[in-house]
Amino acid sequence: MAIGRPATGVEEIPAVREHGRWWRAVLTFCRKRPLGAIGAAIVVINIAVALGANVLSPYDPLATDYGAMLARPSPNHALGTDSFGRDVLSRIIYGSRTAMLVGFSCAFLGATIGAVIGVTSAYFGGKVDLLVQRVMDIFLAFPLIILALAVVSILGPGVGNVILAIMIPMIPRAALVARSSALAIREMPYVDAARAAGFRHGRIILRHMLPNVMAPYLIMLTAYLGQAILLEASLSFLGLGVAEPTAAWGLMLRGAAVDFAETAPWMAIFPGIAISLSVFAFNLFGDSLRDALDPKLRTL
Amino acid sequence: MGKYVLKRLFLMIPTLLGVAVLIFFLMRVVPGDIVELRFAGESAFAQKENLDKERARLGLDRPLWQQFVTWMVGIARLDFGTSMWTGSPIIEEIKLRFALSLQLAVMATIIAVLLAIPLGVIAAIKQDTWVDYVVRIFSIAGLATPSFWLGILLIIGLLVIFRWLPPMVYTPFWVNPWQNLAQLIWPALAVGYRYSAVATRMTRSAMLEVLREDYIRTARAKGLWERLILSRHALKNAMLPVLTVIALEFAFLMGGLVVTEQVFNLNGLGLLFVESVAHRDYTLTQALVLLVAFVFIFVNFLVDLAYAWLDPRIRFR
Amino acid sequence: MRHSKSWRKVLIAGLALVMAAALSAPVATAQDKPRYGGELVFAVPAEPPSYDGHREETFALIHPIAPHYSTLLRTDPNDRTGTKVVGDLAESWTISKDGMTYTFKLRKGVKFHDGSEMTSKDVKATYDKIIFPPEGVASTRKGAYVDVEAVQAPDPYTVVFRLKWPSASLLSGLASPWNWTYKADILAKDMRWYEKNIMGTGPFTFVEYVKGSHWVGKKNPNYWDKGKPYLDGYRALFIKAHSAQVAAVRGERAMIQFRSFTPPDRDNMVKEMGNKITVQESPWDCMLLAAVNHEKKPFDDKRVRRALTLALDRYQGSEALSKLTFIKDVAGVMTPGTPFATPPAELEKLAGFSRDIAKSRAEAKRLLREAGVPDGFAFTFKNRAIPHPYEHLGVWLIDQWRQIGLNVKQEFVEAAAYFKTLRGGDFEVAMDFQCGYIVEPDLDIYKFQSKEISHANYGRYTDKVLDDLYQKQSRAVDLEERKKYIRAFEKRLLDEEVRYLFTLQWQRIIPHNSKVKGWTITPSHYLNNQLDTVWLSE
Repeated sequence: MAIGRPATGVEEIPAVREHGRWWRAVLTFCRKRPLGAIGAAIVVINIAVALGANVLSPYDPLATDYGAMLARPSPNHALGTDSFGRDVLSRIIYGSRTAMLVGFSCAFLGATIGAVIGVTSAYFGGKVDLLVQRVMDIFLAFPLIILALAVVSILGPGVGNVILAIMIPMIPRAALVARSSALAIREMPYVDAARAAGFRHGRIILRHMLPNVMAPYLIMLTAYLGQAILLEASLSFLGLGVAEPTAAWGLMLRGAAVDFAETAPWMAIFPGIAISLSVFAFNLFGDSLRDALDPKLRTL
Repeated sequence: MGKYVLKRLFLMIPTLLGVAVLIFFLMRVVPGDIVELRFAGESAFAQKENLDKERARLGLDRPLWQQFVTWMVGIARLDFGTSMWTGSPIIEEIKLRFALSLQLAVMATIIAVLLAIPLGVIAAIKQDTWVDYVVRIFSIAGLATPSFWLGILLIIGLLVIFRWLPPMVYTPFWVNPWQNLAQLIWPALAVGYRYSAVATRMTRSAMLEVLREDYIRTARAKGLWERLILSRHALKNAMLPVLTVIALEFAFLMGGLVVTEQVFNLNGLGLLFVESVAHRDYTLTQALVLLVAFVFIFVNFLVDLAYAWLDPRIRFR
Repeated sequence: MRHSKSWRKVLIAGLALVMAAALSAPVATAQDKPRYGGELVFAVPAEPPSYDGHREETFALIHPIAPHYSTLLRTDPNDRTGTKVVGDLAESWTISKDGMTYTFKLRKGVKFHDGSEMTSKDVKATYDKIIFPPEGVASTRKGAYVDVEAVQAPDPYTVVFRLKWPSASLLSGLASPWNWTYKADILAKDMRWYEKNIMGTGPFTFVEYVKGSHWVGKKNPNYWDKGKPYLDGYRALFIKAHSAQVAAVRGERAMIQFRSFTPPDRDNMVKEMGNKITVQESPWDCMLLAAVNHEKKPFDDKRVRRALTLALDRYQGSEALSKLTFIKDVAGVMTPGTPFATPPAELEKLAGFSRDIAKSRAEAKRLLREAGVPDGFAFTFKNRAIPHPYEHLGVWLIDQWRQIGLNVKQEFVEAAAYFKTLRGGDFEVAMDFQCGYIVEPDLDIYKFQSKEISHANYGRYTDKVLDDLYQKQSRAVDLEERKKYIRAFEKRLLDEEVRYLFTLQWQRIIPHNSKVKGWTITPSHYLNNQLDTVWLSE
């Protein structure tokens, strides 16, 4: 099933292997693609907030305060409090931890495992390729939500299982993209030479083929980061993700936020903004990265 | 070409079979069963013999392979069985929901295309200017916003600002077109916006490629529209990925809109899915998954055909 | 006769409570003269899985379908406590001196919707199906009638129930909203016909059901109660999403929803709609409990369980949570405002119900230390992922247990897995519930007996004293004696042994369009749904 056409060339390749040119490549990137730079900046801030939550957060995200339920934003509580009197800002700060953890784990694992499968399948070709393609097709045809529901139902709730539930649908998609790119390289002379020289399959795949699908891989990674965060929010909203009283953005949009959407809108607005901003940033950065690396790559 | 078509058609079958096997066993691995759920409710009086009787009636006590074969034979005869939860034929259960999901998918697609094509083209033509940036920000925002959040904000907005509420119960289009559209336009907008984001980016990069062709560059002196006419052949090729994306997203819309349906109270396939899994209604879930998978596989098949028709290299791989 | 005296006492007590309850919330009074005409449109949050009231458990069946049927007895539609039993198909009844024979005289001339007359053989066939179901027929509540020996129909307008022993609850058992009277001829041909078909004697006839959309009923012109129903018909809209139901009532696309709304819904509606909205409220015969697994350490230790209940500041919880979700009163085993409820002053004597929370918590900490539970002890609390009120109460419970140094993690369990988890004992502490479809101690406290008797005893304990007390109250036909046993039961359950932790009583909140008149709220969302007394004003 051909979704993307093989990568036929690149415009600018950041010369990753030469340290001296690293910085210059980054600066060029920022100058030529300001949108991407903004996206990257927001991502960095996000990660920093997630790591430094203990220090940055004004309150304990679990601390209830029945005297200050549903309080409007004020100097005391910058973004107001929720239905249990918990500080919204603190919960958003800690919520970024869940989002970053789930986002990075799912994206990294999903894209990597998928890429390995896709490249290997392309390399071996023939029956192996056909079989792997069929299996990937089967998972692709499966509605995302059913897979997620099934995983969560079988394994039970919890962050680990949510990561698994989101990661599984990502693998076949990544495999497909990686396979498309790898197919073009398979015919390259240096691969043939390596085979003729008797190098082991594994070595050829790892050292010669994988690096050449770096471009689509990186792009997929950034796209999946955003998707994973959104999926986690959807799952939490449905009650299939992490449980109360953990601070997680999707969870904050559940129940009370909807009930009080008119009288205490800050409960629904700020977590929504947090999700949107993060995903937005990842996508912005990923978009510009794709423009820089390979505008012809049109797959997600 | 004919051989290619046949080959791809033939390949659909093992995929569908694989999906069938996967869902069959997946559902039975998931803990909990429908009988317990049905009778567990609020009465403390449920006896065990009742539960066992019900299980036998639903055929749940027969060996797994037997259940699977019975089901497969039924599918071959196009008999999808009855829902374990309500006992009515699955076709009945799905009919209304399918119509709604289909209509929503079509409306969202129309909105998406109406937004994406012009925006993508303009962004490509004015690449790297502020117009391009605005379009890209607009479309990425569509991708980034959680659809359920957007839905909540929409409904609140309608209620508070316009003091008006969309109809809450579905009326088919031919019964009352005005009410039907009044209900579905809002979720179609929320979904269509997100959908258009993907298509816009694809259109933009496709147009960029077209505009970069050498003979276009050399003909720069000739003005924009002339260039486009010259490149109509390239345009055709370039639109293919756009079509692909639109087709795939459409397939996703059938059954993937769980959260949107919840927010807008739409009785579509997505909610039916969640319900049937929550009820452990094996027959209904299996039928739904097969239906959605079939739509997806078929759409992919059509896309493959389009690619093969336009790019002979792929046919002979 | 002993029974009529007790019943008179119940009536007086009931009336007094009705007065008291009526003062606590605005009630739509049917002082004005009922107007004929109009279609009542209401929202139902779920769809019925089948149409047979004898086998289903969900209110999604009752709301759209109950108007098609009559029962032998029913609770008075104008009674707020939902405990006053009056006749529906039964015109009158007598009880024998020894309390073992109940004789009912049926109304004459009651017709099924197909024109045939309802006679005693129909009632007998119905109850035979409920109490003595044949092979392959499921009767979910037959366990409620173990005291019935046989049902007889000596003549076309008389039905006799012979009991094995005197029962305090037979009359309310026969007023069950589930015991729809079916046609004997139909049952004789096909016992399962009623799962997919409707044929009753109720105030409304069946018009249509469009899956996923609506259920329509039309006025029965031959209804036995001449002059009723007032409505031309009704339309039940199946609206699953909570926010959509609220929006429907606010947008006047639906007039009422018969289960409940939440306090923020009510407040929003009142603010937006002013006097177009009338609010009726009542304590709800529903309670969420923390089931403590007696088979897992350290919860087998009475001191630990006691500590868990002492940690809960129920009064503060009531005040705070009643603003967020449909929870309100601090209560024991019986619904406040009903005859058997324990007065608040008495309740305060039970563990965890004291107003002095500091003292309770200090004792809780002491008990934990004594039992060898270290500070910061962690366990998992399993709960359902339902916002109202499960999640709210879950957050509250965890917060309260934090105050005595317990580190509790919550885990959401999905519906189908939830029952399996409870039945299988695969938990340490889990959220459990006790909801009754009618206010009746036999039903409301059945669950708490030993696990050998009650399949719904998820705490997995055996307590012969509780079993014994249950038996005694079930056979006590004297009101005061019965109350005594129920109090003793409650004390042992909640205080002496702390078998279960009671949280807070649910509160039923029904804001409805002011045009809807003649409907009175009761503590059960299964009662008063025949709609024969409902009318619409201009």
